[in-house]
Amino acid sequence: MKLTIDQLLQNINDYRAGTKIELSGTIYTARDQAHKRLTELLTDNKQLPIQLQNSCIYYCGPCPNAPDKIVGSCGPTTSSRMDIYTPAMLDNGVKILIGKGKRSKEVFDSIQKNKAVYLIATGGVGALIAEKVKSFKLIAFEDLGPEAIYEIKVENFPLIVGIDCKGNSLFE
Amino acid sequence: MRRIESQDITNKVVDLCGDINFNLPQDIIDAVSSYIKNDDTISDNILKEILENANIARNKKIALCQDTGTANFFIKIGKELELVGDNIVTAINKGVSQGYTKYFLRKSIVCDPLNRINTKDNTPANVYIEEVEGDKIEITMLAKGGGSENASFLKMLTPLDGWTGIKNFVIESIKLKGANACPPIIVGVGIGGDFASVGLLAKKALLRNIGSENKNDFYNQKEKELFQEINNLGIGPMGLGGKPTALAVFIETKPCHIASMPVAINVQCHSCRRKTIII
Repeated sequence: MKLTIDQLLQNINDYRAGTKIELSGTIYTARDQAHKRLTELLTDNKQLPIQLQNSCIYYCGPCPNAPDKIVGSCGPTTSSRMDIYTPAMLDNGVKILIGKGKRSKEVFDSIQKNKAVYLIATGGVGALIAEKVKSFKLIAFEDLGPEAIYEIKVENFPLIVGIDCKGNSLFE
Repeated sequence: MRRIESQDITNKVVDLCGDINFNLPQDIIDAVSSYIKNDDTISDNILKEILENANIARNKKIALCQDTGTANFFIKIGKELELVGDNIVTAINKGVSQGYTKYFLRKSIVCDPLNRINTKDNTPANVYIEEVEGDKIEITMLAKGGGSENASFLKMLTPLDGWTGIKNFVIESIKLKGANACPPIIVGVGIGGDFASVGLLAKKALLRNIGSENKNDFYNQKEKELFQEINNLGIGPMGLGGKPTALAVFIETKPCHIASMPVAINVQCHSCRRKTIII
């Protein structure tokens, strides 16, 4: 099913674990070090480089883009490494998480509480996912290199709903 | 004595960095293809995505996976070969630095495990050197992703734990972390040696081609037994159920101390980027 991020957000209660979707819209990459920094900024009540409200976070550290390409390989990384930071992200408005692999019970519970969704991308198919990227821009933490925050506009990004906000998980 | 310039090695390593990150080995493609049933299940779709990804990577020169890995090199250098210029480790690191830059591959190495400043050229590589007969040099590169590496384990079992102890350790480890290692996986098991060498044994096990048989009949049977049991776990492609969980299990062994039985499990994701060249 083809979906825009807005459509997904409007009916976030309706998408069940196991549903295949092709997502279009603007997402932000953030992995280990970016999560750490975002959390520190939140703790210190400082301004964040991205708006978390209704945002979509993609656990991804892309390859650099060659001059003739929009982006390099850009598949998902293992989500569970971000588990300790995720409830705070969801409490601050993040609605869509994209990554690969299992999540902790705390993340599962926070997804229920915050009416969010965890989407699974296939790991190890970063070239295929790069084909779905229409624009790619550095947003913050440039010194982190591949771990910086990038804004990515995707078209028909192939995903599966992994954990929905009605208590269903593909990993149960 | 045959002489070669270290620059030749550096140049070959530059090419290898691009080659292995753009071209999935044929044995992996064949193994993945053999499980496709066209039944529109989640697992089947993932296997198809893996093959489509391999096509795109090869044709458009986009890395198979964004995690272009730690660069591991297994070197067999003939004792009648003289290297002129840099030493072998420097020659390889220059190749990695140039190759990862030239082909726009991700630089994934930080200079310190806690301070975590990126070295910006994916060096240093891990280089393992063995001296052999002859005047050739054999270079095997394995670009190893972090996700599957994090699903790997090492345990100092003791002799009376026996095969049952080893098997339980392997199965429990895969149950615990297999889903995060981008299955279908290849499982490398090292048994014997000591604490330091057993991890390398497990890593070397990953260099075998899928379909290759263990030369030792006993361990060949044990590989088949583990393969069956791991696939019975039902973890499936990307941990979402179905088949297969593992494409292969390979065991490497080594003599060890009378009090010890070290076991290491090194997990390889489906994006198994490896190649051997001989100069």
